[in-house]
Amino acid sequence: MSSVTVAAGPAAGLLSRSRIGSAGRRVLSRVLAAVLVLFASATVTFFALHLTPGDPVRAVLGGPTANPSPATIAATIAEFGLDQPPHVQYGLYMSRLASGNLGMSFSQRQPVIDVIAAQVGPTLQLMASAIVVAWVLALASVMATTRRHPLLQGLGSALETISAALPQFWLALVLLAIFAFGLRWFPPQGNQGALSLVLPTLALALPLAGFLAQVTRESLELALDQPFILSARTRGLSEGAVRWRHALRHAVLPGISLSAWAVGSLIGNAVLVEVIFSRQGLGRVLYQAVTRQDMPLTIGVTLLVTLVYILASAAADLLFVLVDPRLKAHRS
Amino acid sequence: MTDLTVRPSLVVEGLAVTLGRGEHRRRVVNEVSFTVAPGKAVALVGESGSGKSVTARSLVGLAGDGADVTARALRYGDIDLSALGERAWRRLRGKDIGFVLQDALVSLDPLRAVGDEIAEALAAHGWGTAASRKRRVLELLDSVGIPEPALRARQRPDQLSGGLRQRALIATALALDPPILIADEPTTALDTTVQAQILALLETIKQRGTGLLIISHDLAVVSRIADEVVVLHHGEAVEQGPTAEVLSRPRHAYTRLLINSVPGARPRKPRAAPTSSDTVLEADGLVKSYVGPDGVGRLAVDDVGFSLRAGRTIGIVGESGSGKSTTARIALGLLDPDHGAVRFDGAPWAGSGEARVRERDRRRQRPHLGVVYQDPLSSFDPRWTVAEILGDALDAGGVPEGEHATRIGELLERVRLPAETAGRRPLQLSGGQRQRIAIARSLAASPKVIVCDEPVSALDVSVQAQVLDLLDDLQRETGVAYLFISHDLGVIRQVSDEVLVMFGGRVVERGPTEEVLGNPQHPFTQKLVAAIPAHVAGLDLVPSGAP
Amino acid sequence: MTLSDVLPGRAIASRIRIGRLPPAGAVIPGLFLVLLILAAIEPRLFTAANPLAIAPREAFQPPGPAHLFGTDQSGRDIFTRVIYGARQSLLLGVGAITVSMSLAITLGVIGGLGGRITQRAVGWTLDVLFSFPTLILALLFASHLGNGIGPLIIATGIGNVPGYARMVLGQVVSARHAGYVEAARALGHSPARIIRRHILPNAMRPLIVTVTMGIGQAIVWSSALSFLGLGAKPPAAEWGTMLSMGRDFVQRAWWMTFFPGLFIVLTTLSTTMFGRYLQRRLEGRLP
Repeated sequence: MSSVTVAAGPAAGLLSRSRIGSAGRRVLSRVLAAVLVLFASATVTFFALHLTPGDPVRAVLGGPTANPSPATIAATIAEFGLDQPPHVQYGLYMSRLASGNLGMSFSQRQPVIDVIAAQVGPTLQLMASAIVVAWVLALASVMATTRRHPLLQGLGSALETISAALPQFWLALVLLAIFAFGLRWFPPQGNQGALSLVLPTLALALPLAGFLAQVTRESLELALDQPFILSARTRGLSEGAVRWRHALRHAVLPGISLSAWAVGSLIGNAVLVEVIFSRQGLGRVLYQAVTRQDMPLTIGVTLLVTLVYILASAAADLLFVLVDPRLKAHRS
Repeated sequence: MTDLTVRPSLVVEGLAVTLGRGEHRRRVVNEVSFTVAPGKAVALVGESGSGKSVTARSLVGLAGDGADVTARALRYGDIDLSALGERAWRRLRGKDIGFVLQDALVSLDPLRAVGDEIAEALAAHGWGTAASRKRRVLELLDSVGIPEPALRARQRPDQLSGGLRQRALIATALALDPPILIADEPTTALDTTVQAQILALLETIKQRGTGLLIISHDLAVVSRIADEVVVLHHGEAVEQGPTAEVLSRPRHAYTRLLINSVPGARPRKPRAAPTSSDTVLEADGLVKSYVGPDGVGRLAVDDVGFSLRAGRTIGIVGESGSGKSTTARIALGLLDPDHGAVRFDGAPWAGSGEARVRERDRRRQRPHLGVVYQDPLSSFDPRWTVAEILGDALDAGGVPEGEHATRIGELLERVRLPAETAGRRPLQLSGGQRQRIAIARSLAASPKVIVCDEPVSALDVSVQAQVLDLLDDLQRETGVAYLFISHDLGVIRQVSDEVLVMFGGRVVERGPTEEVLGNPQHPFTQKLVAAIPAHVAGLDLVPSGAP
Repeated sequence: MTLSDVLPGRAIASRIRIGRLPPAGAVIPGLFLVLLILAAIEPRLFTAANPLAIAPREAFQPPGPAHLFGTDQSGRDIFTRVIYGARQSLLLGVGAITVSMSLAITLGVIGGLGGRITQRAVGWTLDVLFSFPTLILALLFASHLGNGIGPLIIATGIGNVPGYARMVLGQVVSARHAGYVEAARALGHSPARIIRRHILPNAMRPLIVTVTMGIGQAIVWSSALSFLGLGAKPPAAEWGTMLSMGRDFVQRAWWMTFFPGLFIVLTTLSTTMFGRYLQRRLEGRLP
């Protein structure tokens, strides 16, 4: 005898959260995470530098060749608080950081904030133009050569692979040799004007473009194999329309995720490029700060770099959700 | 009603398609002929590799790069399709011949609103203005039976239910009112009840005067809507004719095989009563809740219980989201219930709160509780050969290394696979063979119960029949009991002694299989029963008395 | 890391085959790497000269029959120095990746196999460290450890740990949730056995590719640090150092920077292409 149960709806368990509340909570948790990351960043840098052998006093007073009097040394030590034990110095430093004071740079004898403010512009300029140029080149190469004539495809792919393998500092030197010294099209150094931005940007952008192109190409090929592309074709869309209106959106997604990481690596490579092209910028400043054991400056620049990376990650995430709104529904 | 004499027919005669590169180049379609007339439906039926999809795509010039399509005649009205260039094809596609692919979740651009895709079809052929296209989109959505068209037009495929998605996909194909519509597996990947709705929609479209070409592996679908059937096997049309005739009086052996393989088409082989009546697996009052993506708590399983005796099979049937898979996982002891208990072979197996059973206590008994999944490939370690997979299971059952070789040979024989399969890798085997390996693995330790979670859903119909027969024989030989999960009531009917119908986490009906199917009480059960093929091969599969 | 995140492309080089050998995309880079290893083991197979020998009269010679790659400001033969540099570079590359991977695997496995708290903690720590650009992290360590090859290996190695560790963590976690792990659980195997026989081997397998490509990457990083003056000091025959030495003479003697850099590029290209080939072969066996 079969039995029947009359279905009664199960009682809903939990209350649903209000939409505004959950969005606000997301933003708050991200800000909190960012602050924690900055804090950890500063701590790691502090201790890394503190363990460095070498005498910061000498660094401040002009390096190993200088010969300061004991009175000057004592005064310097007092001024920078260098006679305190490490954990006290750490505590002092962190409390000052929390109130927004980045301290004085040992080697440059200026407030760290001033040093950074003066140098951050050119670096940001360089990074921004590098990432834009990289994406433009990558998209051009991928959209023009994927799944077209096999020879064209092979050429595009090969160029991308080679570009991605070029070390930025070597490429910078080669560009310098050919275009600055050889053909004299661009200035070999300096910060003035758009022309001086071209070679450094290319040195950074070309390898990144190769890398982004490889990822995007693979992604485009995958996308073009999807059923919805076939659907679009059955509606009578042209090849171009299918690529640009449907496949492109899907193809750029992995590249966007990687762009945050790319910004991070650009910062690192900017160090090399700025040194080679004698450009003003945070890269050069950081390099000098580290080699001179200038702790406040190093921490200051590192914090800024971390902040830039955090912002880049957030921007990449935002852009990703803009392109692929499906994730919005799945975030709890 | 459209003037049928004005709408052109699609005439195909002697179609042949060659595909592949280099040494892999071969003819995948050979000598296929049929005509799709306005207001009539032709079905191309076959299993995977039969060439049915390639045939369909050749009719819109999308057989693929490097495809060689030839025919004695390939005409749409008086347009010769074999001589068309790409430009001409693009004008034809969508406007004269519409195409619907299967599984709208991947056949619609996941990142775009469905309304935009429909509008795109219109814009591609220069139809109307932006404003008039918007209106047409809403008209179309309404004509395919989508409620609240203005809201739905702005939504993406993942925001719509399976049925609504498929309707939206059909709407994109109908945008320009093409006289011919080709539908490639229009109901696969849909719940049974939704399938019936889509078929009804296609029937309506047919009535309006559109000529339909349906591609399907599912004879049930075909029998409902097609006027003519073409049976394809390895690229050849082995049989064709009016549907009723082909299905009731099949002449070719393959057609007969297909018909006989439909689950539920053949009655269950009679069997003697099992020797023991011990209860091997029982569950009582199982409850499991979960929190959905919107933060609302729901009950996946709500007061479910059953009692499985040795040598018998309990089938659990339900659609996706009914809680049947969750129940299976609780029964397997892979998931702890919030309330209720499970006993396996007389001992506590799963419980909640203080009665929770520790994994350590279960582990020793696990080899006696086997499991077969829907996708065997993902349950195999990708680095291993068949011998290693089976050897690993034998280890679990405490069989010493020395005996492994002989036991592996025995197991392979039991599942009717040749001995040399032992040295191969799962990737090199077919779907049916992989499932047999999975069954062999679950048999390694002489289990008392095997839980089968949709074990045949991913297989071709003829292979399904073989695997179900195998499971049946094994039960006879070894006295193992099965807990069989499926969404297909026909399959359940073929293997189960008792059936549990699940809906929304609850058991809405239960009882001996024939009774429940013969006299379904609950409205949901009734819907499921009505969706079983009723007229396949002229056999009335649903016993008299059913609606 | 960088290129190891890249999925393999179906480059044309992978389709050119000669008989039953692996495709050209694997043979050519493979050959280059073999030659490089030979040069590292026994440089005298390729050149009889002394990399540090000065010949002031022959300073700034352009590439020619006597000096294949030209000479530097003190008349040292660049070709010889490049050959001898191969040993340094391979040592740096292999050494750095060993350091990176040992730490990365340790962290990744601990994080991946641990409970939810451990996994979260490790993941978060790695994310924090990952937000340091590799070069800066390496710079910090290099300046702390001083000059020389050893410190350079450690600095480069540690600098890349966060990226690799994240990857290992991801692999372990996904292996943990794989279908075959649940099937093994259902068979009644113990967690220890499952980790040993399923999770770890499957998680580590793709790392072969990562390591191959990582060697090239590590060589680039360490050359960059050498270039900045941390690492082998001039006039050591190390590719990065040679670049830094040649930097002041870019206008006058382009060959001083071109050739060492070219070899860095060729090495990176070879490891990348070979790594991609390995990845394709690996995935041919995976479902």
